[in-house]
This record gives sequence, C-alpha cells and structure tokens, in this order.
Amino acid sequence: MSKPLISCISLSFLILLFALPLWPQNAASANPSDTNVRLAKLEQHTADAKSSADNAWMLTSAALVLMMTGPGLALFYGGLVRKKNVLGTMMQSFALMAVITVLWGLFSFSLAFGSGNSFIGGLHHLFLRGVGAVPDPDYAGTIPLQTFMVYQLMFAIITPGLIAGAFAERMKFSAMLVFMILWSVIVYDPMAHMVWGKGGLLNAALGGRFPTLDFAGGTVVHITSGVSALVCALYLGKRVGYPKEPMLPHSVVLSFIGACLLWVGWFGFNAGSALSSGSLATSAFVATHFAAAAAAIGWAGAEWLRNGKPSTLGAISGSVAGLVAITPASGFVQPMPALLIGLIAGVFCYWMVAKVKAVFGYDDSLDAFGVHGAGGTLGALLTGVFATSVVNPIFKDAQGNTLPSGVLEGNAHQLFNQFVGVVISWILAIVGTLVILKIVDMTIGLRVSEAEEVEGLDLSQHGEEGYIFETSA
Amino acid sequence: MTKIEAVIQNSKLEAVKDALHEIGIEGMTVLEVRGHGRQKGHTEVYRGREYSVDLIPKTKLEMVLPDAMVEKTVQTIISIARTGKIGDGKIFLTRVDEAIRIRNDERGEAAL
Repeated sequence: MSKPLISCISLSFLILLFALPLWPQNAASANPSDTNVRLAKLEQHTADAKSSADNAWMLTSAALVLMMTGPGLALFYGGLVRKKNVLGTMMQSFALMAVITVLWGLFSFSLAFGSGNSFIGGLHHLFLRGVGAVPDPDYAGTIPLQTFMVYQLMFAIITPGLIAGAFAERMKFSAMLVFMILWSVIVYDPMAHMVWGKGGLLNAALGGRFPTLDFAGGTVVHITSGVSALVCALYLGKRVGYPKEPMLPHSVVLSFIGACLLWVGWFGFNAGSALSSGSLATSAFVATHFAAAAAAIGWAGAEWLRNGKPSTLGAISGSVAGLVAITPASGFVQPMPALLIGLIAGVFCYWMVAKVKAVFGYDDSLDAFGVHGAGGTLGALLTGVFATSVVNPIFKDAQGNTLPSGVLEGNAHQLFNQFVGVVISWILAIVGTLVILKIVDMTIGLRVSEAEEVEGLDLSQHGEEGYIFETSA
Repeated sequence: MTKIEAVIQNSKLEAVKDALHEIGIEGMTVLEVRGHGRQKGHTEVYRGREYSVDLIPKTKLEMVLPDAMVEKTVQTIISIARTGKIGDGKIFLTRVDEAIRIRNDERGEAAL
C-alpha cells in the first residue's frame, strides 16, 4: 500500500469519527413520517407554482381572446361596411360580448363542457354550480375550473360574431340578437361539447368515437361560423343594390387596425388552447405566427400577380385566413408545416373570395364564409396531414406508448377522422342555422325594411351616427 | 367684373395660389370638389372586386376680378396648372353684375 493512500484512509476515518456524534441527531429529524410531510409540502409548493404560472397565462389568454371580438373583429368588420352601417356592425360584435356572457353563466357552459352524452353536456354546472377554484383534471389539471370557464366563454363570444360578416348591412338588430342566442345554444354548445367536452363524439383527448384533431377551434369556431354565414347570406338574400351599386369598404384603416388586433389576440386563442404555459403553448404560438405571415404573403402575392397590385386589404385578409387555417393545427404541427398551411390558406381563400363568390353570386358581404368557412375546412383537413406526435403526443396505445398523429407520420386514418369532424360541423351548421333563420323569420322577421337599409343601420337601428364632423358650433 | 372658376388638380393648388398672389390677386375661395370630365376615373379593387371610381377629387378656385385682371389671371393659372395630360381641369368665366362688401356696403370693383 502506498503512503498517500494510507494517510488518505486514516484522514477519512478521522473525519468520520468527528462526524459520528452528529449522526443520531440527523437520523432523529429524518424519521419517515416527517420526510413524507416535507415531501408532500414540497410537492404542494411545486404544484402551486405551476398552477400560478399556468393560470397567469390562461387569464392573459382569455383577455386576448376577448380583445379579438372587441375591438378586433368590430374594427375589422366595421371598416369593411359603408359608413352608414359602421356602428350597427360594431354593435353586433359588442352585443355578443354582453349577451353570450350572460348565457354562458346561466347554462351554456354546462351544455358545452358538463359531462353528458356524445352530443351535448349535462346540466350539473347550471348557474356555474361547482365551477370554482378546483381544477377539472379532464380539461386542465393546473388551472381553476373557473379560469377554464371564462377562457372558453371568450370563444363562445367571438364565434357567432364571425357570422355577422355575412348578413352585414341588412339584418334587424332584434333579429340578430335572437338569432345569435339560439345559434349559440343550438349550434355552438353541441359542437364545442362534441369536440372538446367530456365524452364528446369527436374528442381526441378524451376518447371520442371519431377523434378529430382540433386544437383551438377550426371545426368548432371557424367551420360552424363560416358555413352558417353562407347559409345566412343565401337565406337573407343580397343587399339592396348589390352587386350593381359600388359598396366600398368605408375605411380600410379601421379594418387594418382590427386585423392587427386579431393577429395579436390569436396568440391567446391558439397558444392559450394549450391550457398551460409550457412548451406546447410556445409551439402553438410559433405555428400561429408563421401561418399568419405566410398567408399574408400568399393572398397579397396572388393579388399582385392577378391585378398588378398587392393591396393592404388583401394582406390583412390573408393574415386572418392563415390564422383561421392554423387554428385547428396550431398545437399539433411544427413551424415549417405551419408556414405551408398559411401560404396555401392565403391563396385558397383569395380564390374563394375573388373568384368563387363571383361565380355563384351570393352576397357574403364581408366574406365570413370565404375566409372562415373555407379556411377552417382547409385547416381542419391539413391538420390531419401535418399533425405530429413530436409536438403533441395526443394518441397513445393501452401501454401508454405514443402513436403517430397525422398522415405524414404514418396515421393515414386521421384524414378520415378529420373529414368526419368537418362533415359533422358542416351539417350541424347548415341544419341548425336554417331552422333558426326560419323561426326568426316567421316570428319577428330578419331584414330591415328597404327604406331602413338605404338609410343605414346606424340611424334606423340605433338612432345615431358613427361620424359627425361639424366644423363650427 | 368677371368670375373665374378654375377646376384644377389637387396637387397644383399651392403652386397656383402662390403664382396668383405673385400677380396681385388678393382673395379667392377654394373648394374641395369631386367630378369628372373626359378623364373617366380609375378602378379600385377590394378583395378581387373591381369598382370604377368615376368621381375624382379636384380643387376648385373661385374669384371675382376686375375685367382688366382676367386675362393675366387665366394665363397664370394655365401656365402653372397644365401638365399636358388628361385631367388638368377647366376654367370658366362668367359676367358678374354686382359685388357688395358686407362690412361697409361698398359696391362694384371697390368691394373686390
């Protein structure tokens, strides 16, 4: 044995000898029950910290999504109508912020997210009973159920608001209110339940019969609203003078501000749909942004080629189309597929709005169908193609192993499931909207009189004007 | 006395105004107007739909002058406002019977 080694061992022995008297004390404080208590406390603190972080992002997201309706959508649509209808159009968005909120508290949240059957939720959350600080792990285990409730409310508000683009400038305010209330209950609540609710037919995370990937509402929000918009445009008929008289957007500037607010708000819409503040939210955030950018280039580029000029309205409409298309895909795809989805959506929606609408001649005044219906359908199908378990391992086998998500990953069947989701949302939107329109039409009537339409909604429905420029007095 | 009404390009207003001051014109009324002559407007495209906008924004100058000043004024406006392209505008001359200054009842050329 070498000398240094011997001295090393003896030194260690000496240290041990001095440390020995301390040992029993340590052992005494580390009795098993005490350790468990401390561990439990630590776990509690960790969970609290995660909960606080998630909750902070989710409350921010809820506020961002509300901002999409007012002022985002109100400005976007408000700028596209003639100036005699600017307040009437903005008021449609704003009224929903008030009315849908009340419905949501009374019973709609329960119908959408309470546990029920495959198609609709139950009534046990009526009047928000049991919706408090305690999380519901089936939806989001780290945030209060009340946060989840108010976040989902903002989606319920904006969805019917999108439809208003199709019947702009000609629907009675009273009829609009009744239509929206019925639509929210008959179309939105069941669709939200089917895709996101416990036991829903299409729910991918909670074992639905046809698991449809819809991260933030491609089917629930955009297909239902966009297709209903088309039904409304066809049922109500054209505006007086369309398409002979020019009906130019009275302020692309307002629309521009609205579209930019929509883009920013959409981070809450899509990244918030992670229902947590972790890497999935980041992934959805990035995909959202990339798709919006590529779609703006797609639409404006298509215009540039066809008309010789890229328009501001084209660029902002493109970005909205891209945001629509990436909505179902945002939590499932990587940045490069997001770019591609956006680019395709920009060109496709431009074609729908500029070409297809003209061929069929319907007056979808602000292109709610051309952007939300068409973009939403495209996005829902492309989600099935590009979804990857690398971003979001949503499908697992019985042993808990991750299964492929989309077609490119080897799950060819997913495109079929996406198709089922699309078809169900189209059918629900068409049938539901037709029935509601018929009811409202036969009771209070849908359209303003021709004289009122010529006068404008601002004066005839609300007794005020959007712009009063008096130079003196 | 003669009234000159000159419809000109918006972009020429400042230059015409300065040139008229230069030759001693002291008062004028300027209106923002819309209209068209042989220049048939332009097209605007919103979401693929073309609209022809045939009423184009123009600027109209109105001034009432002693007859001796008229020809020089007309020549000044023409020399400044002309670009040689369609849309340069028009000048109309009308006889004026009377001019009255509200402040002190002055009449005729003294009121101009």
